[in-house]
Parts: sequence; structure tokens; C-alpha cells
Amino acid sequence: MALLSKKDTNLILDPLADNNPITIQVLGICSALAITAELKASVVMALAVIFVLGLGNVVISLMRNIIPSKIRIIVQLIVVATLVIIVDQVLKAFAYELSKTLAVFVGLIITNCIIMGRFEAFALGNGPWRSFLDGIGNALGYGVILVIVGFFRELLGSGTLFGYPVFGDPIAKTGLYSTGYENNGFMIIPPAALIVVGIIIWVQRSRNPDLVEEN
Amino acid sequence: MLEHIELFFKSIFIDNMVFAVFLGMCSYLAVSKKVATAVGLGAAVIFVLGVTVPLNWLLDKYLLQDGALVWLGPEYADYDLSFLSFILFIATIATMVQLVEIVVEKFSPSLYNSLGIFLPLIAVNCAILGGSLFMQARQIETLGLAFNYGISSGIGWFLAILAIAAIREKIRYSNVPAPLRGLGITFIITGLMGIGFQSFGGMLTGGDDAAETPVDDTTAKKIEKEKELKKEIDENEISYNDVIKE
Repeated sequence: MALLSKKDTNLILDPLADNNPITIQVLGICSALAITAELKASVVMALAVIFVLGLGNVVISLMRNIIPSKIRIIVQLIVVATLVIIVDQVLKAFAYELSKTLAVFVGLIITNCIIMGRFEAFALGNGPWRSFLDGIGNALGYGVILVIVGFFRELLGSGTLFGYPVFGDPIAKTGLYSTGYENNGFMIIPPAALIVVGIIIWVQRSRNPDLVEEN
Repeated sequence: MLEHIELFFKSIFIDNMVFAVFLGMCSYLAVSKKVATAVGLGAAVIFVLGVTVPLNWLLDKYLLQDGALVWLGPEYADYDLSFLSFILFIATIATMVQLVEIVVEKFSPSLYNSLGIFLPLIAVNCAILGGSLFMQARQIETLGLAFNYGISSGIGWFLAILAIAAIREKIRYSNVPAPLRGLGITFIITGLMGIGFQSFGGMLTGGDDAAETPVDDTTAKKIEKEKELKKEIDENEISYNDVIKE
């Protein structure tokens, strides 16, 4: 038997495109967009969410039969908060500069709607292994959008990728070539993130007309 | 008094929850189809922020900060519990929301009918936790200022959701390209509104800079103005970024 059955593979692959948490389910935009001005921060944020959602889904799924449904929201919040504290402390210990950049947005993973959404919609009704795959899949779908937005904003806004100069005034910076590109300051300001996501949604929906909303 | 007024306008316009730091975007997008419901949710957010931010300020001041436990006795001066702030803040918020819901239901059924359905939604609204976390990050000094910060960032959020709900009600009659309908156009409109709100950035700093520039001939003035504008834009970047960095 293969490691992943077809159904399990779909759990991971669906959220990457046609059931993407950000562009289709409209979840988890809250803490995401403010940190996408740099690609590095986006990647770290994506990894943090993959960790929290993957593990959190497993924990909630294991506890699903003993959580009284009336207080489940608080239990879920405590589980996420604990995992996020771990992420925060690890970041502070091993990547201090980055944790300064992300600052409160690491904490805001707690209220990231994707996480609560997946707990409610999936982990409370499915076994640990499937919940784990679902968590990883959704977090990956979220991460893909973050990385795309981060890529374009850093490339067009600062002319760099991961801090390495690509555009801009490259003779001075790279010592190799000149593209004559002027950095577009608009891409750095917060509202640009919204517009980039809007364009991603536009592209995705024109490629797949089934996703178009009625109104 | 002046610092109160400054913080008030700063939180509403310059550091607007939605347009500057993208907090509470989920409910902002989900509940903004009608003005009436948007007003209900907005009012609930103002209310809950006004309650939880001062409460979390007290927790931060007397429990979590480095050396905050010194009131227990000098031997506790070395404790730094700030790593617990996430879990304590979210627990406070969740319990407060439940408490508020019960109290409102008991004493004001009419208010409960208009606010009540939104209250459970609010416990997981990033704007609420964000309010407390930014309060901590910005090191707001007094309880009064914390209360002010909570209320005014709530008002900022209220303004944002009211504006987008009104626009979305009208846009139903427009011919939006099919793939952009609904979510896509909402994102782009929010982005455009955010650009508009960016211009408030000079509100509190702009006046002083303008007074300092000497009066020259017109061309020099123009260049000065352009420089200032650039500087202001840079400063806004910083004012927004230093929150994140500091």
C-alpha cells in the first residue's frame, strides 16, 4: 500500500489550488498580509503556520471525544496559544532579528481564522492522521499565497529577493549588470498586499470559471 | 490631555486596524455585505476592545512584564513571565466575551438581539487580540491611555467595516468583471481605501516640518515640498515598521 491513498493526497493537494484557504475560503488573511513585504518573513510565517496547524489538528483530533462541545472554543484557543508560544520562543532563540520583524504577528497566528476553521471543520470529526494531512495541506495553501505575495512585493518594491539584490541599481549592489529598474515604493506600503491578493484571485478565477461568485 | 487626543486620532486614522495592519480581516470580509450587520459587528468590536485592552493592560503591568511581580515582595523582582502573554491574553478575551454575552443577555435583551450573535465571533477576531498585543508592543503607559487605545482602535475598525459595507451594497449594481466579483473586488477596494488612509500619516507630524522650512523662491519651495513628501512617506513606513521592529 502506498504511504498516501488517493483520498489522503487530495487532502493535501486540494487546498493548494481549488480550495485555497485564502483565495477561496477567505480565511486567515488577518495576520498574513502585513508581513509579506519581505520574502523571508513570508516563508518563516508560512513555516510557523504549517507547524501550528499540523500539530494543532493532531492534538484537537486526539482530544475530540473528550472535549465538551460548550467549551471547545476555549480549549482550541489554549491549544493554539501553547503551540504559538513554542514557535515564538524558538524564533526568539534562533532567529532573533526575524522575530523582531514579525513581532506581534506571530502572536496573531492564534486568531488566524484558518486554524480555528480547520479545527472546527475537520479535526473535530476526523482521526489524527487525516487531520494532520488536512492541517499540512491547508497551511501549505496559505503559505503558497504568502510566498507569492512576498515574492512580488519584495522583488518589485525593494528589487531584492531574500535580501539579495536583483533589480534596482545593481551595478553598485551586484557588481554585474544593470536593468534600469526603479524600485516601486508602492509595493512596500501595506495596501499593496491587498491589491496583489486581489490580482491573484482575479487570475485564479479567470482560469477556473467554476469559482466565480454570483455577486 | 494632549497625548489622549493624539493617541485617539492616531489609532483611528494613521494606525487603522484594517488599513495599516490588516487586523480582523476575516470578519471584515465575511460580515460586510450589509450595512446593518456591519454596524452591529463594529459596535461589538468597539465594546469588546474597550473592555479587554485595559484588562490586559492590568495583567501585563502587574503580572507579565519583566519584574512586574515585585508587588508580591522583593524576592519576586527577577521573574519575567512575558512569554505567557499570548495564552493569558487570549484566555482573558475568551472569558470576557462569554461574560459580556451573559451580562448583556440578562440585562438588555434588545442590545443582546443586535450585538449578541456577533459576540462569539469576536473571541477569535484578530482585531481584539491584536489590540492587546499592540498595546503591549507600544508600551502604552497608563490605564486611561490603554482604555483610550482600545476604544479608538475599535472606532477605526468600525469606520472601515462601515465604509466597505456601504461600498459593497452599491457595487452590486456595477458591472464588475466576472472573476473579480465578490472577494476580488473587495480586496482591491480595501487596498485603494488603505492608500487613501495612508495620507492621514502626515496628520500629526506634518505641521511642524512645514513650519520649519524657510520661505524661498517658488521653485526651491517646490523642491522642498517634494522632499518633505518623500520624507513623510518614508517616516510613515518607519512609523508602521518600527511598531513591528520594536
